[in-house]
Amino acid sequence: MKFKDILHETYSALSANKVRSGLTMLGIVIGISSVIAMVSIGTGASKTISTSIESLGSNLIQVTPGAQRTQGFGASSGRGNAKTLTNEDAEAILMQVADIEAVDSQVSGRYQVTAKGTNTNTTINGVTSSYMQVRNVEVAEGSFISDTQNNSASKVAVLGPTTQTDLFGEGESGVGQSIRINGMEFKVIGVTLAKGGSGFQNQDDIIFIPVKSAQRYLSGDQYLTTIAVQATSPDVMTQVQADITALLLSRHKISDSTLADFSVQNQNDILGAASSVTSTLTYLLAAIGGISLLVGGIGIMNMMLTTVTERTREIGLRKAIGARKNDISTQFLAEAITLTIIGGVVGIALGWLISFVVNWTGLVTTSVSLSSILLAFGVSAVVGVVFGYYPARRAASLNPIEALRYE
Amino acid sequence: MIEINNITKTYGSGDAKFQALKGVTFTINDGEFVAIMGPSGSGKSTLMHILGCLDTPTTGTYFLDSKDVSTQTDEELAEIRRLHIGFVFQSFNLLPRTTVMRNVMLPLVYAGVDEEERENRSKKALLASGMTESHFAHMSNQLSGGQIQRVAIARALVNDPSLILADEPTGNLDTKTGEIVLGTFQKLNKEHGRTVILITHEHEVAEYAERIITIRDGLVVSDSKSHSRKHSYVNN
Repeated sequence: MKFKDILHETYSALSANKVRSGLTMLGIVIGISSVIAMVSIGTGASKTISTSIESLGSNLIQVTPGAQRTQGFGASSGRGNAKTLTNEDAEAILMQVADIEAVDSQVSGRYQVTAKGTNTNTTINGVTSSYMQVRNVEVAEGSFISDTQNNSASKVAVLGPTTQTDLFGEGESGVGQSIRINGMEFKVIGVTLAKGGSGFQNQDDIIFIPVKSAQRYLSGDQYLTTIAVQATSPDVMTQVQADITALLLSRHKISDSTLADFSVQNQNDILGAASSVTSTLTYLLAAIGGISLLVGGIGIMNMMLTTVTERTREIGLRKAIGARKNDISTQFLAEAITLTIIGGVVGIALGWLISFVVNWTGLVTTSVSLSSILLAFGVSAVVGVVFGYYPARRAASLNPIEALRYE
Repeated sequence: MIEINNITKTYGSGDAKFQALKGVTFTINDGEFVAIMGPSGSGKSTLMHILGCLDTPTTGTYFLDSKDVSTQTDEELAEIRRLHIGFVFQSFNLLPRTTVMRNVMLPLVYAGVDEEERENRSKKALLASGMTESHFAHMSNQLSGGQIQRVAIARALVNDPSLILADEPTGNLDTKTGEIVLGTFQKLNKEHGRTVILITHEHEVAEYAERIITIRDGLVVSDSKSHSRKHSYVNN
């Protein structure tokens, strides 16, 4: 049988029962499109998460207060809430640990902010001038907090672009104006460049003030919520991390490192943890798609078995006029493969569309990779062969005499 | 030429053993028109299957054009059917949802004949079996019973077979249409020199042939020239 003849037979057989062929194909369409959409959402989510972690700054090590334990029956207070890190700790890290580019001490908290009748509740981040370098922040207008302003605990503020819009509206920068944070007046000296949402929080909805001003006017004590350290290169991260731990343990007079009242996190650790979560998520999503593809494939097998039974006499007739076993099995296999390939192409288009729509809604930045399309297409062809093979074999092995007699 | 020598066919085994043919011997020469007649259960269907190379005998030999076909494999039998035998059945002769032309072509499709030659040969066969060109593009389900049988005859002809085997070809037709179809067989036999074997249980149908082989209980009981030969085909 020639290829063109196989196509002709396949077309006439599939178009004879359009509804059934269509429904069977729908199973494959759903399977393939869910694989494509799910994988694109999964890979998109992991890309989004890693970029947002990387946008925090490069070669970043974060020291945060841990649970503070008292000797004996001490209860642990919430991790991160303990007040254990001081300005002196930050200075000591900068002075005594090698291979450090910059150190930024931070105090952050949420406060009510008002300006000219508008008000908002946002994150107030007390920082030093190093913040710009450590966390990749750029200034769009005005200037950032200087060391002098920090040392003198000046009441100056740098706004994130979202906060600036919230307080002053579009068009007006607000630089030079006054805002009130927690009732105290601060002068706006700059606006940062937009960094974009990070998936967890909006990095642009923030106000920066000098860390010493934050300690004096807002928190009212000498403690820090974060010490951000930038190492000179990715290679020294582990060493720097170990040195900081050792230094702080000795400064805090803790001999057992498991009792440390702070934690030192490497940016790569966070990235690694996040990407292992997202890749698990991607596998999970792909598995869900894969299951629906399997169900679709079983649908194909079911339809092909029904078709073979229905067309028993036709098979008998074909055999009587000289069709080989191969001719019969090729014909039925071609029908199954055609169903899956058409279903696969439609499924790829639909999956792409779904991923595009998800992208457009802005929930997750999706990306359809060529490899996932090729994989889906290959899988759909394999599904056709695998699930079409058994019915085709059954058709080919029918005895022509019995097939002709079949009622 | 068809030479059948002491053919037996046994189905089942042990207690359920059933011998459908108990030793059948005859020879059919090229160009003969033979009816094989017998009541149901006589073994004529089994004989038809063996003659049509759909089945092989348990014992005995079958030579078709001097080739022993009694010990062939399924695939070899398929090739013999494809190249040397044309079938006309009682019912379900044509593929549904398929044009007349395509139905007739089918044996040539399986034989791998190229498209142009296929079409020429199918046209010739259709015209020889009394179809008109206006029907060629019709779907098989748009045809009458008599037309279906004639298209089936055209398909049986198209591969230029050594033997046309018709199994109760008029079983589903009224008398008048049946006569036309039987006339077509006569015409093919007379004008084109085709060897035709007609399997039937009706005496009136068998009488269209030149020679009638009657079988009963798996044995040939008579093999004679047709006495009151009917002619619906008039050679003009």
